[in-house]
Amino acid sequence: MQYDHILIRYGEIALKGNNRKFFLNTLQQNIQQKLKGFPNIRVKKTQGRMFVLLNGQDPDPIIEICKNIFGIYSLSLAIKVSHDLEEIKEAALYALQNSKAKTFKVAVRRADKKFPIGSQEMNHILGGHLLQNTSGFTVDVHEPDVEIKVEIRNTGTYVTSDVIKGLGGLPVGSSSRTLLLLSGGIDSPVAGYLAMKRGVQVDAIHFHSPPYTSERAKQKVIDLAKTLTKYTHKINVHLVPFTKLQQEIFKQIPDRYTMTVMRRVMVKISERVCQEQGILSMTTGESLGQVASQTMESMNVINEVTNYPIIRPLVAMDKEEVVAIAKQIDTYDISIRPYEDCCTIFMPKSPATNPTREKINHFESQADFSELMEEAIKEMTVIEVTDQDDVADDEFADLL
Amino acid sequence: MIYLDNSATTKPHPSVLQSFQDASEKFFANPSSIHQLGGAAERLLTRAREQIAEILNVQPDEIIFTSGGTEGNNMAIKGVAFNYQQRGKHIITTEIEHPSVYETCKGLEKLGFEITYLPVNKKGVISLDDLVKAIRDDTILISVMHVNNELGSIQPIEEIGKIAANYPKLFFHVDDVQGLGKVPLSLTDSGVDLCTFSGHKIHGLNGTGAMYVKKNTSLFPLLHGGGQELSLRSGTENLAGAVSFAKALRLHDEERREKYNELLKMRSYLFDSLTNIDGVIMNSTLEGAPHIINISVPHLKPEVVIHQLSEYGIYISTKSACSSKQNDISRILAACGHDRDISATALRISLSYQNTMAEVEKFVETFKLVINQLSQ
Repeated sequence: MQYDHILIRYGEIALKGNNRKFFLNTLQQNIQQKLKGFPNIRVKKTQGRMFVLLNGQDPDPIIEICKNIFGIYSLSLAIKVSHDLEEIKEAALYALQNSKAKTFKVAVRRADKKFPIGSQEMNHILGGHLLQNTSGFTVDVHEPDVEIKVEIRNTGTYVTSDVIKGLGGLPVGSSSRTLLLLSGGIDSPVAGYLAMKRGVQVDAIHFHSPPYTSERAKQKVIDLAKTLTKYTHKINVHLVPFTKLQQEIFKQIPDRYTMTVMRRVMVKISERVCQEQGILSMTTGESLGQVASQTMESMNVINEVTNYPIIRPLVAMDKEEVVAIAKQIDTYDISIRPYEDCCTIFMPKSPATNPTREKINHFESQADFSELMEEAIKEMTVIEVTDQDDVADDEFADLL
Repeated sequence: MIYLDNSATTKPHPSVLQSFQDASEKFFANPSSIHQLGGAAERLLTRAREQIAEILNVQPDEIIFTSGGTEGNNMAIKGVAFNYQQRGKHIITTEIEHPSVYETCKGLEKLGFEITYLPVNKKGVISLDDLVKAIRDDTILISVMHVNNELGSIQPIEEIGKIAANYPKLFFHVDDVQGLGKVPLSLTDSGVDLCTFSGHKIHGLNGTGAMYVKKNTSLFPLLHGGGQELSLRSGTENLAGAVSFAKALRLHDEERREKYNELLKMRSYLFDSLTNIDGVIMNSTLEGAPHIINISVPHLKPEVVIHQLSEYGIYISTKSACSSKQNDISRILAACGHDRDISATALRISLSYQNTMAEVEKFVETFKLVINQLSQ
């Protein structure tokens, strides 16, 4: 006997009325996409449940992957047996013996009322069977380490034990797309992760300023995007050459306000990318009051240049909370690589924390960045970063 | 030429040499330099590290590049000893370790550390009971080799790891120089904190190797300096060496999949035919590693056998290459309880995936001839 199914629970999706089918299809496709490397398995939907049919495949690597798929609330290994009582007993015993628990309870659900034994009686029968055939386990009906769940359905009987927690959220792709302003710092990858958690497909945009910023700073952003693809299938990274614009801004705008104008230009370029790509919003890693550009005054002024929604998933978070998530999603170690990005390199000594729309519009009216903006958009390159190991284009493939 | 001294060193694989040369030419920059050449070198180093981590099924930041087995063993043992000496000064190892472990422990004794050398049975394997009894409150390290270099005996690493896991204050180091790619070892499932690997035993280059350092294991570094290799091993990275090691490991891993059964066949042929020769005593067992076979021919000086065989273009060794210059009995065989007749006349035949059955047959035929000649 061995586990032959993985049961996938998806709590929140079940609430989504008419859209439910769409959400479920998206989740199923996402799971299939992520498990492409396992040709033997099948992903199946039934009422209120999703199953991975293992067909002999080792479940451990599959569970590891599923733990990073948004929309999955929890997972359990399951055995499917018939309605034969002896088989059910054997499956329950296997489930308990392969659990890490010390205390257990049996919970039988008899969805198929044609099954002759009531669920209470089944609880007793199975509980007794488990106690007789094991040692070291005790029953605890109030706070058991594990519930041996037995669901008697008309298609068969499913037996599960340990519940493995998933990430929750909504399946990526179920809430349209956003353009993530990815700087290379700690915050923006976390913002992207949280956007994906709510089902949003993420594209990224990065502004780089060679020779002031290095190849490594660019690579860092690509590595960050690559790390985020663990939660989605692919991320298109739009790389915008920003050097000339930055130089022009520094020539035309008083020092203290360059940061604000620079952000406005970035947002304007990002909005253009959104328009061209049919993307409905932007996402940033801003958190209120963290640094000069992230005061309420700055947000007000920067936001003036677009009427696209700017999603700020970190707006109410403390730095410690952001760092904790960054560590959890493995972006932290990449983010702290010490390469300068375009925001840190031209940082004025004391950026204005209280710009006003009037002032900034006044300064901008004396300059014209539109031509350079067009040029930057024209010279923008897009790198498709996927969750696959692209061995073929690995520049070092021959050496290694 | 029939080369059967692969546990001393192996012949570098041609494409490993090619990688070393290409990496030296094209990526000569210092990976720590901030210019683009440095950036490319750093990326290559990262890729090499990732590839090794993937094959060993660990995390990339748990791989430290070293110059090989001796450095790795010194780094692990002294690194733990110096870093945790306030916690205790007791170390457990075995009587049959490679000199780079054994002598390191002897050296630490001079600095006030106390070492328990676990005995082995006739098959060259320690007893887990002995280990449990040896663990004390001030024990900071257990260092046990996976596969013995002279005999091929395999220590129960997984069981030792389970025991070690009950003592959160101590670290578990494994010398896997001989076992890498020949005898499976899951680092993560075996509770290993530190593990030593060497390049030149797997058709890589001398002076290359790596060390597995499990996350959150601190070591006092042997080499202080510019903070390379997570500050555990300073010194400008030997990028071409690291690349060549990554390549050697990948090729070796691929060869293992293809040729493991062939290796088993050669071993069992050698076992049967050598055991059947009059006057030859088999010191290895079939429970040992598939690539090391140790025999003794009492009354024949092993050096003479070696020299005579090399007249026929066949190369094997006495004891291990590292200790064979000392004209003495084998410490390892003596530890297994063999008398002088056997432990002073040992010969080692060590295979690699590149040997063939024909070579092994030719060796046995020639060996019989040589033994006959010399016995008269």
